Amino acid sequence: MTRTIWDSSVGKKTVMAVSGLIMLLYLVVHMLGNLKIFFGSGEFNHYAHWLRTIGEPFMHYEWTLWVIRVVLLVAVIAHATSAYQLSRRDIKARPSKYVHKRPRASYATRTMRWGGIILGLFIVWHILDLTTGTVHPGFESGRPYQNVVDTFSTWYGNVIYIVAMLALGLHIRHGFWSAAQTLGVGSRTRDRALKTIANVLALVLTVGFISVPVAVMTGVVS
Amino acid sequence: MKLTLRVWRQKNADAEGAMSTYEVDGISSDMSFLEMLDTLNEELILKGEDPVAFDHDCREGICGACSLVINGDAHGPERTTTCQLHMRSFKDGDTIDIEPWRASAFPVIKDLVVDRSAFDRIIQAGGYITAPTGTAPEAHATPVPKPDADYAFEHAECIGCGACVAACPNGAAMLFTSAKINHLNVLPQGAPERESRVLDMVAQMDDEGFGGCTLTGECATACPKGIPLMSITNMNREWLRATRKAGKR
Repeated sequence: MTRTIWDSSVGKKTVMAVSGLIMLLYLVVHMLGNLKIFFGSGEFNHYAHWLRTIGEPFMHYEWTLWVIRVVLLVAVIAHATSAYQLSRRDIKARPSKYVHKRPRASYATRTMRWGGIILGLFIVWHILDLTTGTVHPGFESGRPYQNVVDTFSTWYGNVIYIVAMLALGLHIRHGFWSAAQTLGVGSRTRDRALKTIANVLALVLTVGFISVPVAVMTGVVS
Repeated sequence: MKLTLRVWRQKNADAEGAMSTYEVDGISSDMSFLEMLDTLNEELILKGEDPVAFDHDCREGICGACSLVINGDAHGPERTTTCQLHMRSFKDGDTIDIEPWRASAFPVIKDLVVDRSAFDRIIQAGGYITAPTGTAPEAHATPVPKPDADYAFEHAECIGCGACVAACPNGAAMLFTSAKINHLNVLPQGAPERESRVLDMVAQMDDEGFGGCTLTGECATACPKGIPLMSITNMNREWLRATRKAGKR
C-alpha cells in the first residue's frame, strides 16, 4: 500500500496533505505559546522550560520535545520531497507555454511553490536563530524571552520573520482548503465552511505570529 | 468584420512551430469560430498555401473533437466548445491568438491538431462496465436513485475534449479522469469495478505523463460541459477508499 501511495500523484498529494496538517496543528500551538510573551519574561521563560519537562516523570527531560521535533522533521521532509517531485512532474507535463498570456489563478495559489521555498529557508534560519543560537550573536541558552527581544531588535530579524509569516498565511490559505480536497472531505455543502476555516486559520496565525515582532518594535515587549 | 489572426503553424510533430499572422475579411458575426477558420483556409488554398489544420467533427458541441486555445482560453472566451463559439464574441479589428492544446501528453501532430489518444488509454484502463451484451436490458431491472442518476449524468456530460488539460498550468488530466470515474462509480452498474477502476485509471493517467492537481480551478473554469472542480475531490476520496481496501486484501 505504501508503494501504491508513493508511486501515485494522488498518493503523493495525500502525503502532502497529511504532513501539512500535522505542521499546521503544531503552528497553532506554537503561535498560542508565543503569545505568552505578553505576560512578561517570567511566564514566557517558565513556559519554555515547561516544554522540556512535558510528560515527566514518565518521559525523561526533553524527551517529549524530541518526539515532537522528530515528527515535525519527518513531516517537513515528506512535505518538501513530495512537493519537489510533484512540481517536477507538473513542469514536465507542461513544457511549452502559451504565447497569449493571461492572469491565472489567485495569488495564494500561484505562490505555493515559492512560498514553500521561503518557508523552508525560514525554518532553517529560525532554528539557527532561536533554538541553537548559531546565527544569533549574544544568544543565551535558557533565556528565550531575552533572545526573542534581541532578534526583533534588529531590522533583518524583523524583515525575515514578517516576510516569512506573510508567506505562511498565503500558504495556509490555499494549502488547508487543498488538503481537504486531496483527502476527499470537501463537498459542495462544505466548501464555504472549508474556505472560511482556511482564511481564518491563515489570518489568525499570521497576525498572532507577527504580533510578537511588532510588540518588540513598538516597545510593548522589551 | 476584419480580423488579424495569429495562428500556431507547425509542419509536423518533429518540426519547430511558430505563430504566423493572417488577415481575414468579410467575417460575419453569425459565423462560428470554425467557419471563420474555414474562410481563412479557403483563401489559403486559393493562394496555393497550406491550409491551417484543426480538429473538428460534429460542430454541435457534443463530440469533443474541436479544441483550440483562443486568446489564452481553452475553447475561447465563452463557456462552450470552439465550434459553438460565434464571431459575435469578437469585435471588428480584433487580433486573435490561436494555439493548440499545450501538454506533453498531448503532442502536436500538425498546426492546431494534437494527439489526444492518451485519453483513450485512460478510458481503456477502467472507463467501462462489465455487462452482458445482447438485447437491451429491462430498464427497471436495476433501480438507480434519482440523485445518483443526476450525479452520474453531470459527469457523463464530459465529452473528452481535453480543455481541462489545456487550461491546467500543470497539464493535469484530473478533471477528465475524475468525471469518467465518478460517472460510473456512483451507478450500480459500475459497482463491480469500483475500486479497480479508480486505481487503474489514475495509474494510467500518471503513466501518460499528465501533471498533478494543484487545485487552481482552471480546468473547471474552462470545461465546456461544466464538470465541477469538486469532481476531483470525489475522485481523491474514491482513490483513498480503494487504496485502503486493496491494502486490507
